[in-house]
Amino acid sequence: MAIVKVDKLAKSVAQGPSLMTGSYPTMDWMDVPAVFKPGNFAYPAKVDIVNYLNKQQGLHFPNAREWSPLDDDWKLPENWKEIIIDGLRERLDKFRSLKIFMDCCVRCGACADKCHFFLGTGDPKNMPVMRAELLRSIYRNDFTLAGKIFGKMAGAREMTVGVIKEWFMYSYQCTECRRCSVYCPYGIDTAEVTMMLRELLHLVGVGINWILEPVSNSNRTGNHMGLQPHTFKDNVSFLCDDIENLTGVKVEPTFNRKGAEILFITPSADVFAEPGLYTAMGYLLLFHHIGLDYTWSTYASEGGNFGLFTSNEVMKKLNAKMYAEAKRLGVKYIIGGECGHMWRVLHQYMDTMNGPADFLEVPKSPITGTMFDNTASTKMVHISEFTADLIKHGKLNIDKSRNDHVIPTWHDSCNPARAMGLLEEPRYILDHVVNRWHEMPENCIREQTYCCGSGTGLNTDEIMELRMRSGLPRANSVKYVHDKHGVNTLACVCAIDRATLTSLMNYWVPEVRVAGLSELVANSLVMEGEQRQELTDGLRTLL
Amino acid sequence: MKYIFPMAAVIALVLISWIGSKIPGMEYLFGVLVPYAAIATFIIGFCYRVVHWAKSPVPFKIPTTCGQQYSLPWIKHDKLEAPHTTSQVVARMFLEIVLFRSLWRNTKAEIHDGPKLTYESSKWLWLFGILFHYSFLVIVLRHMRLFLDPVPGPILVVEYIDSILQIGAPTLYMTDVTLVLGLLLLFGRRLINRQVRYLSLANDYFPLFLIFGIAATGILMRFFLRTDVDIVSIKRLAVGLVTFQPVILSEISSIFYIHLFLVSVLLAYFPYSKLMHLGGVFLSPTRNMANDTRIRRHINPWNPDIKPHSYAGYEDEFREFMVNNDIPVEKELPSKAD
Repeated sequence: MAIVKVDKLAKSVAQGPSLMTGSYPTMDWMDVPAVFKPGNFAYPAKVDIVNYLNKQQGLHFPNAREWSPLDDDWKLPENWKEIIIDGLRERLDKFRSLKIFMDCCVRCGACADKCHFFLGTGDPKNMPVMRAELLRSIYRNDFTLAGKIFGKMAGAREMTVGVIKEWFMYSYQCTECRRCSVYCPYGIDTAEVTMMLRELLHLVGVGINWILEPVSNSNRTGNHMGLQPHTFKDNVSFLCDDIENLTGVKVEPTFNRKGAEILFITPSADVFAEPGLYTAMGYLLLFHHIGLDYTWSTYASEGGNFGLFTSNEVMKKLNAKMYAEAKRLGVKYIIGGECGHMWRVLHQYMDTMNGPADFLEVPKSPITGTMFDNTASTKMVHISEFTADLIKHGKLNIDKSRNDHVIPTWHDSCNPARAMGLLEEPRYILDHVVNRWHEMPENCIREQTYCCGSGTGLNTDEIMELRMRSGLPRANSVKYVHDKHGVNTLACVCAIDRATLTSLMNYWVPEVRVAGLSELVANSLVMEGEQRQELTDGLRTLL
Repeated sequence: MKYIFPMAAVIALVLISWIGSKIPGMEYLFGVLVPYAAIATFIIGFCYRVVHWAKSPVPFKIPTTCGQQYSLPWIKHDKLEAPHTTSQVVARMFLEIVLFRSLWRNTKAEIHDGPKLTYESSKWLWLFGILFHYSFLVIVLRHMRLFLDPVPGPILVVEYIDSILQIGAPTLYMTDVTLVLGLLLLFGRRLINRQVRYLSLANDYFPLFLIFGIAATGILMRFFLRTDVDIVSIKRLAVGLVTFQPVILSEISSIFYIHLFLVSVLLAYFPYSKLMHLGGVFLSPTRNMANDTRIRRHINPWNPDIKPHSYAGYEDEFREFMVNNDIPVEKELPSKAD
């Protein structure tokens, strides 16, 4: 789909009538229907994918059918209303967070202008509080006394097909980035609300293909990309060939090797496409540099987990492969690569869902002897934690000048920042592998960082204009440091970022490209026995 | 225009209690029965709501981290914003509840031609919130003098400080002014801030008007309509209410009954409304949990029995490819001769 020209979108964002730019809607939000048109929705999940998932143990994906958001009739099951209300009741009973978040909001509006979707679209229903009200209004109507007595006066409304359509539109215009929850006086987390909305929608067969296809791939082949074992291995081997051409160093990773000390898992996107490929080359070089005894797995070949964007059941099912594989291979612990939502799952859900990992040992760096007691139970270390420790102990032979062609800024990815607190480790690494880098303005970094705009499985091309709008706040702060300091690289630790920020930069700040942190680490490494070419562009140099 | 109905509702409540209390014999209804019913509704409703929340488990530990995690020993851990022990969580909660720390972070975003987005610190909401809540708290504390005989020292201290400016006679309480100011500012903000105006519901305006009505009648009673107000009778009634021996000694002015009725409505309304944020703020999982999920396993009581797609199933499907590409397998391929 041809995307609107940047000048036109720039004008529309800043001057088009919206709640962001100064105009005020004429209709009450409850009276404004969700209108779908090509470009403002992601394509529905394909029938065979939904059917495949519905057959998997522990999963429930009913009502597979051909349908389109453009149609009036979404072919919902006959008793759809009952399913939704029962589903909501079940979730209220299972999640205290949902009850609290439904009851406590005072609509102070602190969250309103914190959402990148609202800033980029000006659509009132993209204010986080409104996104929650879409559900809260139904909750009031069916589960609260005030709602039952006062109805619309108390902000309650009847569940209708229109509401389903609205939920579909706005739960897929939220990237669960949690920025709003930082500012909320009660910590109300829109990610929780969006997760519940998406779970409820799946109960009546409303889901998008860009999420469910990777989910089904990941279940079957081990990774979102659907790479079968030999292809996965081939892809990594190609990267090893590139490394040898560039540096003269022969890297020989192993796959599914029993008895390795460490299992390494990263998003499959890293071995699939640029610029993630360079990040993967970074891991390979780093591990070779320190002589790490580790293995890749083709069965657990996905760090990411699109289950997080689907339902807690799917999240658990996909995540379970990691421990299963670690146990089968008999490794001591797991190192996880650079990925945002992956680390939300690993840090906040994995142990609860699939632990206890009593067959693993508390991670200890074989190079420095450091015990990672911050992961004593989960037994999974972030690559940045691992690398920062290596640098601190002087175990890496680094020549910063090898990175002089890059002037990075640092993008805190949503989940490592707000669901983990991984802020200083990557900065420490950056300090030690490049000669100069610049922070983006405050209010846009660390816990206040902006999402790439395409997380939670929204990185699909059919909604490109929406993505460029929602990514605008991030792009804008990058542009600021590009103009001011000549920043030419946006460094990050997230695979979705590497893919989506690349599109975003191409659109808004084409002079800036995107790099994984491990790529920059590897650029700077002085390898033993290297016969290095003149690498004016680091690992990206074309020979 | 969502404020019209709540405003009318509060005016109606005032009229009901004004006219009602003037009907002979109705003093007992407005002075005793309604307050008792309201307090009972408040206590039962509040407890019910909290128990209702507590009945749902917290399946996952989902703190929002707003600072550096506890990780390597030489990296400075932000104990308040990414707490990893209970005492750190308590400190974070304390600052959240007492100082409204999250609101302190608030920014205002604007979009300019370019496009260019700007964010500037915006502490107005924090200020209005603090002004309102603390004024309200002090006023509630001051009113305890009516129910307690003798009046405890701390309450006298609160009173003394609140009237330290010594303006007028009877002396002006600062919190009377700041409460009304806080209410007006919060109401004004709802009207003037476009975004907040659009998302406000009738149930956001109602408590503002109701509390304004309570403040206005209270101030009228103390400073302007004093002549008919028999403070001795009021104290006797108040003490009687808490000792379950309520008596109405003499005719007390209507303004008192209006005040008392509005307070009763507020109490009864409280547990069924957003005012329950008073209880909820303590229970929010994104704030009251430690960021220690990789250190200690959190238990989900309903953890479903879901198994991954098994390795055996995976190898069965791809064994041939794996063997041909030197990827180790658990089961070799059947020999060609078979």
